[in-house]
Amino acid sequence: MTLLSVDNLSVSFVTRNGTNKAVDNVSFSVEERQITAIIGESGSGKSVSCYAMLGLVPSPPGRIDGGTALFQGQDLLALSEAKLRAIRGRDIAMIFQDPMTCLNPFMKIGDQLIEPLTLHKGLAKGPAREQAMALLDEVGIRDPQAAMSAFPHEFSGGMRQRVMIAMALINEPKLLIADEPTTALDVTIQAQILKLIAELQTKRDIGVLFISHDLAVVSDIADQIVVMEKGKVVESGQPKAIFDSPQHPYTQKLLAAIPSGQKAGDTVAPDPLIRIENLRTWFTPTGGADPVKAVDDVSLEIHRGEVLGLVGESGSGKSTLGRSILRLVPITDGKIAFEGTELSSLEGRSLKQFRHRMQMIFQDPYASLNPRMTVYDTLAEPLLLHGLVNKAGLDEAIRELMDNVGLARGFVRKYPHEFSGGQRQRIAIGRALATRPEFIVADEPVSALDVTIQAQILDLLAELTKEYGLTMLFISHDLAVIRQIADRIAVMYHGKLVEEGSTAQVFETPQQDYTRSLLAAIPGADAA
Amino acid sequence: MLRFMFIRILQALPVIFVVITATFFLVRSAPGGPFDQEKVVIPEVKKALEAQYRLDLPLHEQYFAYLGDLAQGDLGPSFKYPGRSVNEILFAGLPVTAELGLYALIIALCIGVTAGVFASLRPNTAQDYVPMSLAMIGICMPSFLLGPLLVLVFGIWLDWLPITGWGDIPGDKILPAVTLGSAYAAYIARLSRAGMLEILSQDYIRTARAKGLSEWRVVTQHALRGGLIPVIAFLGPAFAGLLAGSFVVETIFQIPGLGRFYVQAAFNRDYTMILGTTVFLSSLIVFFNLVSDIIAAWLNPRLRHQFQGGGS
Amino acid sequence: MNTIAPVFEDAEKGSSLWHDAWLRLRKNKLALFGGSVLLFMVVVALLTPWIAPYSYEAQNLDLGASPPSAAHWLGTDIFGRDVLTQIMYGGRISLAVGFIATAVALLIGVTWGAVAGYVGGRVDAVMMRLVDILYALPFMIFIVLLMVVFGRNILLLFLAIGAVEWLTMARIMRSQVQSLRQQEFVEAAVSVGLSPAAIIHKHVVPNALGPIIVYTTLTIPSVMLLEAFLSFLGLGIQPPATSWGLLISYGAETMEEYPWLLIFPGCALTLTLFSLNFLGDGLRDALDVRGSKD
Repeated sequence: MTLLSVDNLSVSFVTRNGTNKAVDNVSFSVEERQITAIIGESGSGKSVSCYAMLGLVPSPPGRIDGGTALFQGQDLLALSEAKLRAIRGRDIAMIFQDPMTCLNPFMKIGDQLIEPLTLHKGLAKGPAREQAMALLDEVGIRDPQAAMSAFPHEFSGGMRQRVMIAMALINEPKLLIADEPTTALDVTIQAQILKLIAELQTKRDIGVLFISHDLAVVSDIADQIVVMEKGKVVESGQPKAIFDSPQHPYTQKLLAAIPSGQKAGDTVAPDPLIRIENLRTWFTPTGGADPVKAVDDVSLEIHRGEVLGLVGESGSGKSTLGRSILRLVPITDGKIAFEGTELSSLEGRSLKQFRHRMQMIFQDPYASLNPRMTVYDTLAEPLLLHGLVNKAGLDEAIRELMDNVGLARGFVRKYPHEFSGGQRQRIAIGRALATRPEFIVADEPVSALDVTIQAQILDLLAELTKEYGLTMLFISHDLAVIRQIADRIAVMYHGKLVEEGSTAQVFETPQQDYTRSLLAAIPGADAA
Repeated sequence: MLRFMFIRILQALPVIFVVITATFFLVRSAPGGPFDQEKVVIPEVKKALEAQYRLDLPLHEQYFAYLGDLAQGDLGPSFKYPGRSVNEILFAGLPVTAELGLYALIIALCIGVTAGVFASLRPNTAQDYVPMSLAMIGICMPSFLLGPLLVLVFGIWLDWLPITGWGDIPGDKILPAVTLGSAYAAYIARLSRAGMLEILSQDYIRTARAKGLSEWRVVTQHALRGGLIPVIAFLGPAFAGLLAGSFVVETIFQIPGLGRFYVQAAFNRDYTMILGTTVFLSSLIVFFNLVSDIIAAWLNPRLRHQFQGGGS
Repeated sequence: MNTIAPVFEDAEKGSSLWHDAWLRLRKNKLALFGGSVLLFMVVVALLTPWIAPYSYEAQNLDLGASPPSAAHWLGTDIFGRDVLTQIMYGGRISLAVGFIATAVALLIGVTWGAVAGYVGGRVDAVMMRLVDILYALPFMIFIVLLMVVFGRNILLLFLAIGAVEWLTMARIMRSQVQSLRQQEFVEAAVSVGLSPAAIIHKHVVPNALGPIIVYTTLTIPSVMLLEAFLSFLGLGIQPPATSWGLLISYGAETMEEYPWLLIFPGCALTLTLFSLNFLGDGLRDALDVRGSKD
């Protein structure tokens, strides 16, 4: 029985820059008791389609151009606002991507939870609270009583998402729309939430519309997959069909972009370029509270010519470790040796001389570029600073850099905001390469990029490391990505190094429990 | 929370102390004394007067003596009005100014919050432009311009409202309160609009709508809590401004309040009066800022929690 | 110095954020209106000695106060002086105080805030503690005190007003610098090896300018209001000089008989303040958005 049937839905946004057709003749359906996943990158219109159905698209810029969305015999798009409101939160519920911002920080959890009940079912506060606590228990919140009087900021991301799920399910809706519910969560938490959603779906007999950009994530739980690109549906079908024989080029591209395979470990002679001994980077907040031990007694070697993958979840200290090596944050204790020279004691001029030998690529390509400098300026800066070229050779050097990172020369006088995320990251990579460094720290360089672009940038990085014999510390939370690019892997947890080994070793014979749980959490392990 | 309050109170004390000291030495360092402007006084009488008012002591001794008096709540005798103490005069004028300030604040809050919230619901439309342009007028027209204009229009040309006095004729409190409050209504309108716009674009508002809440409930139950925090935080500085503004309004409308006394005392070099009023008003302002800060912090659960030292 | 030509011949010119902001500002009718009016006021103020219809001191005691007429477009005051002339000369003072005092506040505040924000640590703590204490002092009261006690010196007026306004400027600059310092492109500049001075110069300041410009434009009307307030109380500009505040206070005294003496200077002040505020708001909207993030 079809629960929801969307036909030829079209939505546009009318802004002062023109009209943008965000959703173009899109059709999909959700069957009762099944999970339909909509996959697409940013700008594909996947979220807008669902918001439009529920009337959540703000009406001045947004405009529904046509189509129907049949739910239980009614066309949602034709309903009045009042009728639609009655359905929202009662028959159709929605959970969103970022649990941090999706709960009202000024209201207690309990008050927010009972709202759908008191509103739609007219329950009194007492019985409503009972039901709310029962539901909190069902979604795995440990102390429901205490949770009711708590505020959102007292909970972690995973727990907040559980609260959101509870809030959505409290009225026993027939359809749950989940907009990228796990994207903002750590890998291990992601796995838990996915499991929770799948369980609740079977237990309560609801249909789920699951929106994501990550094919691997949905391959485990979806009954049907719909692929969207630039506002249109390009392919849909069962997961097996999609994975085994994708028809549309875009789907094929998406599949190809899933990081797979393992890097054939190059036989790199272990020649430590960087040697870290008992490194401690602690942050002491003003007020004399306990210090945050971001990096706690880590000892590690990075060999010349290798790519070392540093993996961990948020709060593991991996970014801080990278920044510590580059002396971007002050070190509390320990040694860092670069080709034998002790870095931790260098200052000023002598440190500057080392700087051009080690560079960094940051996670957010937009934030890492000065918005008021053109590509030319950004690339010229390191070149001129370290006296690598004179004015005459500058143009040529910049041209070469741009070619190396795959940027069209015609863009040289443009500003960062005129580029896409992938292009910006190329500029950032170009800047890092400008000084011909020997060592590069790449801090989650692809995490902020769309899946298809991720693959391109990863390939670019792999190519460049090979061509220039670079040594790289590749930091990421995504094991699948690391597997593809790293020779060796180091795992961090709460500031400590828990496991280290070649990529093959870590994946096939993990030693530590934490490593095992990380590996188990990799989505898409079941499909394909 | 108590700890937070305690710390803030401790921080406020040095400020008051600096105020007292600075005012004391500033006033004394000015040329001219309180009795110089009088008609020529026989030297012996002048000396006796000075002795009575402790003006013959070295400056730093006068200072410490004054501090001693202050500690006992005694603000000293008025130089200008012999036989009356500063305390007396202050407390005569205080209720008037307080009442004026209160009415002005109520007007400012009611008009300001309503206009600002209303405008924020449909930004960049007429519903937004009209209230905000009116608010702009409030900001661009100083009270000493608005007051006389209101008097001109409503008091003289239309003859609807009385134009002087306080409490003598019914309705004579309206014009002064409106004059004083309108600038603040304007600021509060802008603050609440900005605060609401910020909150309304937050994700959790979308969550509230997705739950099926009516727009009215979304605004009142979810948005207002966060949106009005800037207004609450503004109350402290608003109070300080109201006090300053009262100088002007009291002068225009002939209201016997503190502000008018203060300006007169300043002109008359009535040392104790100036000192006393400054200390008193400053302490009030510091106190109000403190209360406003504490309330604003308490309203934000994250901060409240931090200060209670709790947390999971 | 046309080195770009040979290698990058067909490179398109990019559209900088300033350019984008200018385009956005141009579309804002209110802001343009405000900007034009302001420009007009400033030009008139500068050219006043040459274009005022009457000389500043010219009195016409026989005429006395008279409503607007052909000879005197805005009427005359009780000494027969032309109101339009008075307003023009008063405007020179009011606008001058506005711009100069703001400039003073800007200079002190921006430097203070930038140093505190960039250096951080104890230096920052000390500098901002001072700002906090000064901020908490009820300045209105102090200014009145200062003006009464030390006489009505125009220089002191500037200083007193500047002393009040620089505090907020310092706070804004400091918070700008602090947040910029944590931006990744500043970290990148550090890792490239730039010196702190170069980083402040090339990376921090250009990005902090936006809010500073907005706030400066909005400080000028505050300052002008403050000057008018003090002059009204008799503590600001003294005769024989005049300012809009003084004119309004005189006008208020005789408003029943000669309402034009209150209304016209009032319009001049209000109109100028309006323009500054519209312009400031427009600048804020135009400079706010950082361009699309993707």
